[in-house]
Amino acid sequence: MARSFRGGVHPDDQKRFTAAKAIEAAPLPEKVVIPTRQHIGAPCTPLVKVGDLVKKGQIIAQADAFVASPVHASISGKVAAIGEYPHPVFGSCPAVVIESDGLDEWAEGLPLNRDWNALESDEIKEIIRQAGIVGMGGATFPTHVKLAPPKEKTIDVFILNGAECEPYLTADHRVMLEWADRVIKGMLITMKLLSVKEGYIGIEENKPDAISVMRQASQGTGITVTPLQTKYPQGAEKTLIKVVANREVPSGGLPMDVGVVVQNVGTMVAVADAVEKGIPLIERVTTVTGGAVAEPKNLLLRVGTTFVKAIELAGGFKEEPAKLIMGGPMMGMAQCSIEVPVIKGTSGILALSASEINAGEERPCIRCGRCVEACPMGLVPSMLSILGERGLFAAAKEKYDLLDCVECGSCVYTCPAKRNIVHYVKLSKAQNAAMAAKK
Amino acid sequence: MTEAKLDLGKLSVSASPHIRCDESIAKIMWMVNLALAPAALFSIYRFGWSSLTIMVLCIVAAVVTEYAIQKWQGKPVTINDGSAFLTGLLLAMNIPSTLPWYMPVFGSIVAIAIAKHTMGGLGFNIFNPALVGRAVLLASWPVAMTKWPTMTSQIDGMTSATPLGILKLQGYEKLVEVFGDKMTMYKSLFLGSRSGSMGETAAILLILGGVFLIYRGYIKWQVPVVMIGTVGVLTAVFGQDPIMHMMSGGLILGAFFMATDMVTIPITVKGQVVFAAGAGALTVLIRLLGGYPEGVCYAILLMNAVTPLIDLGFKPRKFGARR
Repeated sequence: MARSFRGGVHPDDQKRFTAAKAIEAAPLPEKVVIPTRQHIGAPCTPLVKVGDLVKKGQIIAQADAFVASPVHASISGKVAAIGEYPHPVFGSCPAVVIESDGLDEWAEGLPLNRDWNALESDEIKEIIRQAGIVGMGGATFPTHVKLAPPKEKTIDVFILNGAECEPYLTADHRVMLEWADRVIKGMLITMKLLSVKEGYIGIEENKPDAISVMRQASQGTGITVTPLQTKYPQGAEKTLIKVVANREVPSGGLPMDVGVVVQNVGTMVAVADAVEKGIPLIERVTTVTGGAVAEPKNLLLRVGTTFVKAIELAGGFKEEPAKLIMGGPMMGMAQCSIEVPVIKGTSGILALSASEINAGEERPCIRCGRCVEACPMGLVPSMLSILGERGLFAAAKEKYDLLDCVECGSCVYTCPAKRNIVHYVKLSKAQNAAMAAKK
Repeated sequence: MTEAKLDLGKLSVSASPHIRCDESIAKIMWMVNLALAPAALFSIYRFGWSSLTIMVLCIVAAVVTEYAIQKWQGKPVTINDGSAFLTGLLLAMNIPSTLPWYMPVFGSIVAIAIAKHTMGGLGFNIFNPALVGRAVLLASWPVAMTKWPTMTSQIDGMTSATPLGILKLQGYEKLVEVFGDKMTMYKSLFLGSRSGSMGETAAILLILGGVFLIYRGYIKWQVPVVMIGTVGVLTAVFGQDPIMHMMSGGLILGAFFMATDMVTIPITVKGQVVFAAGAGALTVLIRLLGGYPEGVCYAILLMNAVTPLIDLGFKPRKFGARR
């Protein structure tokens, strides 16, 4: 029996367009735009200047701060420009533009061959940091930080997030099917460095093939594959931990407060590649799909490939897109430019047609209670939207637990009045932060 | 490669999520109207064409009032969403079919203009508009509002009182006597062979509509079950006939269609259970101790008034709340 959590919604998973399509390596791009900031944390400073020749895997931007992640050249070639470029998360961001020399040459010494069993925990952590690995599910939090919990927190459970509960996306699904051994290896490396014995892989039931492949691949490792009910947001960290480990992350807390670390499928592949072969995070699998895309695909793309290139590789548009999104349709970010580059957290590129977004006009809340039932965090989303709409930001925080909202969007999905609840939540959070900063 | 057609100016850029379910306010409201249809059609069959006239008057007056107010205020006109239509239909279900034309019209205008739009329109009203309309009519024309039409079937004798009216004025024995015996009384109440407001008589058709709404997920089964159950339990405790009480008056109509009006009831199921129990208890209080034979309308309106309080006291359990 697959396990579940309270609340959630059941949107059509729309994975049929790409679920059966093998990962396709994109041809070498002629040009990449690599933002110096592809993570949550301090921005990096470029280490190269215009005209420099760079090799694939070479660090081109770095920061001294601990919560930051270096950026590497994803192709070999010449630095053509450094400047402000469109960014899928931050709007715009300094970026290094590299023009390919067509050779796709590795930086010196790469790839190497390393026995990870011989490495110490601290060495592995440093390798992960230097490889620029961040959470590839979309949050882009630097992985080495997540793997370095404070001393007083004992971690005893590791969960691999194979839920992929976002509709349309199949990147993690394909990675589990095709690269199961690398996923398991990354997981074993990570569990070793955390000294964790108990490992789980949570996968939604709509991916029975992935469940059996991962079971096969994890045989003899002591890792348990846990089938999960297909329900959004099954893969949200807090609900995943609740379902898999039956532990409830306290309000305002982090997974490490209940002794759990959760990692994304793609991130584990990146860890395995970095630790064994010294390969930094320069490419990733991205699902390019949506009703407006002619031939939806799972593409292995170099970081810095522009969306327009990626969509061309998926056959271009078959109809006019109404919305362009980085990530999934529930938590992804709407884009206003097609020139934005693929970054480390780009799990999907969606071009949705008007009929798919089913927008509708926003109307007053009729208190139907559907959002309250859908909220996995046990909040009253209707009140958050009303308070946000009226500018009562402090009340939203103090009386209606604004900060507990994980912005999963289940409430908005289910709302018959088409209220933009997550918009009001984001607004209220930003306003509260601004008020706090003033004090 | 297919030619890329992308007009950046037309791209919608908004906060997530980017997909929505198929539900809408209009869909919900029209579904509730549909759920009321069997009982509404039955009232035409039972009470004749005057019933249809009253229904049309109520609905047209409600919709026109909404249109006029929204035009006057320069707001978007939303008469197509079925909510004003529903208020009109519900008001019609709650009044006798013998009223002169201006009374239902007046009731609808009060319901929409005062109960709904002075509060800010759909979603902002504290009290159920149709019940406010009914309450105002009852206060304004008490005689007309308690005069019931002659039934054309087996219980011809009852021309001027509902079962609850007979109970209040002449007692339980007289009530059973009017129907012949207990079983006939239950059967008549269940199938609608009794006098009463237009839409409240046929328990079975109201339950049918209510079950449809429960199945669609628009209302929670706990509300009618708890409200009707509370009436049953309390009337039994006070030595009354609980089966008769549960099927009489406007209880079934109120419990399935008005105590479930999402705008005016608590937002959590826990809160709704409290609301329903309170409405049931107040109904019994009014029926047994009050001056009126029936109390569903006032019971629900009184509970509407405390809905914000119930909402404050019955929030959902927050994930990760420290125990």
